[in-house]
Amino acid sequence: MNVLIVVLALVLLGAVIAVIAGPLRASLDHRALQTDADASPRRAELEAARESKYREIRDAELDFRTGKLSDDDYAAVDAALRAEALAILDQLEALERESATPRDA
Amino acid sequence: MADLGRICLLLALVVCAYGIFAALYGVRTGRVEFSESARRAVYALAIVLTTAFVVLELAFLRNDFAFNTVADTSSRTTPTFYRAAAVWSSQEGSLLLWAWLLSLWSSLALFLVRKRMRDVAAYATAVLLGFAGFFVALMIFYATPFQTTSPAPAEGVGLDPLLRFPTMMIHPPMLYSGYTLCTIPLAFAVGALATRRVDADWIKAIRRFAFAAWLFLGVGILLGARWSYSELGWGGYWGWDAVENASLMPWLTGTAFLHSLMIQEKRGMLKVWNVSLVLATGVLAIMGTFLVRSGVLNSIHAFGGATLGVPFVVLIGVLVAGSIYLVVSRRDVLRSEHRLDSLLSRESIFLANNVVLVALCFVIFWGTYFPLISEALTGNEASVGPPWFDRYTVPLALVLVLLSGIGPVIAWRRATLANARRNFLAPVLSALIVLAVLLAAGVSQRPFALAMFCCAAFVLGSVAQEFVRGARARQAIAGESPPVALLALVRRNRRRYGGYVVHVGIAVLFVGVAASSSFQHAVERPLAVGGSTRVGAYTVRYVRPTATITPKEDRAHTGSTLDLGAVLDVSKAGHHVATLRPSEGFYDSGEPAQGSVGHLIGGQAVSHISMNGGITRDVWTAIAPNIATPALQRIITVGNRTLSPEEAPIAIGVLARDYLKDPPPAQFHFIVSPLVMWIWIGGLIVFGGGLIAIWPAPSALRRRVALRSRSRAAAGLARA
Repeated sequence: MNVLIVVLALVLLGAVIAVIAGPLRASLDHRALQTDADASPRRAELEAARESKYREIRDAELDFRTGKLSDDDYAAVDAALRAEALAILDQLEALERESATPRDA
Repeated sequence: MADLGRICLLLALVVCAYGIFAALYGVRTGRVEFSESARRAVYALAIVLTTAFVVLELAFLRNDFAFNTVADTSSRTTPTFYRAAAVWSSQEGSLLLWAWLLSLWSSLALFLVRKRMRDVAAYATAVLLGFAGFFVALMIFYATPFQTTSPAPAEGVGLDPLLRFPTMMIHPPMLYSGYTLCTIPLAFAVGALATRRVDADWIKAIRRFAFAAWLFLGVGILLGARWSYSELGWGGYWGWDAVENASLMPWLTGTAFLHSLMIQEKRGMLKVWNVSLVLATGVLAIMGTFLVRSGVLNSIHAFGGATLGVPFVVLIGVLVAGSIYLVVSRRDVLRSEHRLDSLLSRESIFLANNVVLVALCFVIFWGTYFPLISEALTGNEASVGPPWFDRYTVPLALVLVLLSGIGPVIAWRRATLANARRNFLAPVLSALIVLAVLLAAGVSQRPFALAMFCCAAFVLGSVAQEFVRGARARQAIAGESPPVALLALVRRNRRRYGGYVVHVGIAVLFVGVAASSSFQHAVERPLAVGGSTRVGAYTVRYVRPTATITPKEDRAHTGSTLDLGAVLDVSKAGHHVATLRPSEGFYDSGEPAQGSVGHLIGGQAVSHISMNGGITRDVWTAIAPNIATPALQRIITVGNRTLSPEEAPIAIGVLARDYLKDPPPAQFHFIVSPLVMWIWIGGLIVFGGGLIAIWPAPSALRRRVALRSRSRAAAGLARA
C-alpha cells in the first residue's frame, strides 16, 4: 500500500467523520437543532391535508369547466370540499392556539 | 488503487452500521442529533461509494488488468466508450453501481425531507442504510470489484460483444436508478408504518420519488427492448424473458400506486392498498436485482453466478415477512377515512385500473417464477413460453388501455350518466371510425389487434377532448389565445395533463406492439449470391457478400476481428426501397487452444442487423454467414499449424478474400414489421408526459395558487 493510498484513505476517513459528527457537535448548541425539533408532526399532517384539499377544490373546478360535472353536482361537491377544507383550517388554527398558549404562559 | 477501493467498501460498511444504529437510537430516545447524524451518514456513504466507483472506473479506463473484473470484462481493443460502460457489465461492478446509485438517491430524498417528518425519516434512513449495507457486504464477502491478480495479465478478455451497443451505456444505470428509487418509497412506508404516521404527509414526501422510479424503470425497460430488437439478432423487442419480466413487475405495481395514491391524497382512502403497493414495488425491485444477479433463472440478460442466491433469498424473506407484519400490526391506523361516493367516478376507474395492473403483475410473476415453483413441487423445472404470457396479458392490456381512456373523462367523486354520455361521445366516435376504416381495409383477421387499435383511438379521442375543453375553459376565464391557454392549462395542472400525455404514449406504444406482433412477416432461409425471397410485399435479393477485417489497433471499432456480411437489395413491386448491409462479427476468443488463427475468430459471433425503418414499417435483416465450409476451414487449420500469432492475421485476410471470391450460401433472417417505430415514439411520449408530471411547479406560482385557493375556500365557506 503506497503512501498516496494511505493519505487518500485518511482524507476520506476525516471527511466521513466530519460529516457524520457534525450534528453531534451541534447538539451542544441546542438552538441549531431547535427549528426542526419543534416542527409538530400533527401540523405537518394537517398542512399536507390542507394542500391536498386545495388541489382537490381546483380539480373539481376544472372537472366542472371541462364538462365532467353538472351544475348541481359541482355545487354539492364544491360545498363538501370547502367544508372539509374549513375543518382542516379549524384544526390548524386550534393547533396554533395550543402551541401559542404555553409560550405566552 | 485497488487498496483504496477495498478501504472504501470497509468504510462504507462501517458507515452503514453506524447510521442504522444512530437512526434507531435517535428516534427511540428522541435524541435529534443522532437522527441527524444518521442522515449525514447517508451523505457520507455517497461520498465513500462515489470514491469507490471512481477508482473502479479509472481502472477500466486505464486498462488496469490487475483488477480481475477489468481483465474479465474489458480489453485494450474495447473502445473507450464501452470501457467506461464495462464497469456494470460484471457482477461486482453492477453491485457497486446499485449501491452507489442507492446512496445518491437516498441522499437526495433525505435532504429534501430534512426539515420535516424527522421520526419517519429516521426509520427510512435505517432501512435505506440496511439495503446499502447489504449490497456493500455482498461486495466485501462474495463478489468484490477490487480483487486483484499479480502479475497483471497483459490483456483482458474484452467486453461481451453483445453489450457493445450505445444504449448499453445508459440502459443499466436507468434500470438500476429505477430499482434503487423504488426502495425509497418502501423505506418511507416502513417509517410511516413504524411511527403510525400514514397520513398525507408521507405520501407527499415520496410521491416524486415514486414517479421518478416509475420513469427511470420505464426508460430502462424501453432501452432494453430497443437493445433486444437492434442487437440480439432475433428481431423481437420483448421475449417474456425472466429478467425483462423482473423489471416490468415493479413498474406495473408502481403504475398502480401512482394512480391509487391520488385517491389517498384526495379522499384518505386505500391506505392499506397503497402501503402494500409501495412495499410490493420495493420488494419486486429487489427481486429484479436478485434475478439478474443470482443466476437462479436462465436469461439472456442474467450475468451473475449462483453465489448470491442465498443472501438475496434471506433479504427478500425478511422484507416480505416484515412488510406483512407492519401492515397487519398497523391496520387500526390504515382505515379509510371515506367511502366511494359513486361507482361512476374517477376513483372507481382508478380502482379498476389498479386491479388490472396487479392482475398483470401476478400473471407475469407466476409465469416468471413457474420454473422455480414447478421444480420445488415436482422436481422438474418446467417453464412457460411467450404464448402462455400472451394468452393472459393481451386481454388485460386491452382493458388497461380502455381504462386509460375512460379515466380522464370521468369526474372525481361523482359523475352523472347524462354527463358521462356527453363526455364519451367523441372518444367512442373516434373508436368507431377507426373500426370502420380498418374493417373496410380488410383488417379483421386479428381481433385482439383490432380491439387494441379501437381502444387506442378511444384514448386519443378522450385525451384530445380533455385538452380542447380545458384550453377552452381557460380561454373563457383568462381570455388567452388557444396556444397560450393550452400551455397555461398544462403548466398549472402538470400532474393531470402530464398524466394524460402518458396515457396517449401508452396507447401509441400498444398500437405499435399490436400491429408489429399481429401483422409481422418473417422469413428464415439460406440464400446464395443472386438469390432472392419474398417477405410480405417486399422482395429481398442477395447482391454480393462483404468482408471487413479490423486491425487490433483500430480501437474505434467495436473490436471484432472479422465481419462477414451481405449487400441486400430490398424492393417493392419492382421499385427499389433500400439497400441493407447486415453482417456478423467474429471476435477473438482469447483461447490459445483454438490455434493462432482459430482464436482470432473463435469467440462469440455477434449479429449486426441492418434495417430500413419507417413510421409505417421496418424491414429488418440479419445474416449468419457460413464459415464452416471445408475450403474456409482448411485456411484456419493450415494457418493454425504454420503461422505464429504475429502472422495469424494473414490467414484472416486470406479467409476474407476467399469468402468474397466464392461465398457459400448464408442463412438470412428477414422480418417486415408494421408500426414498430410507434413503440419507440410511444415510449418518448410517455417519457415526455412523465417529465411534465414530475416537474415541480414554480414556487412562486405554487404560492400564488395556494393563496388563491385559500382565499377562495374562505370566501366559499363564508358564504356557506
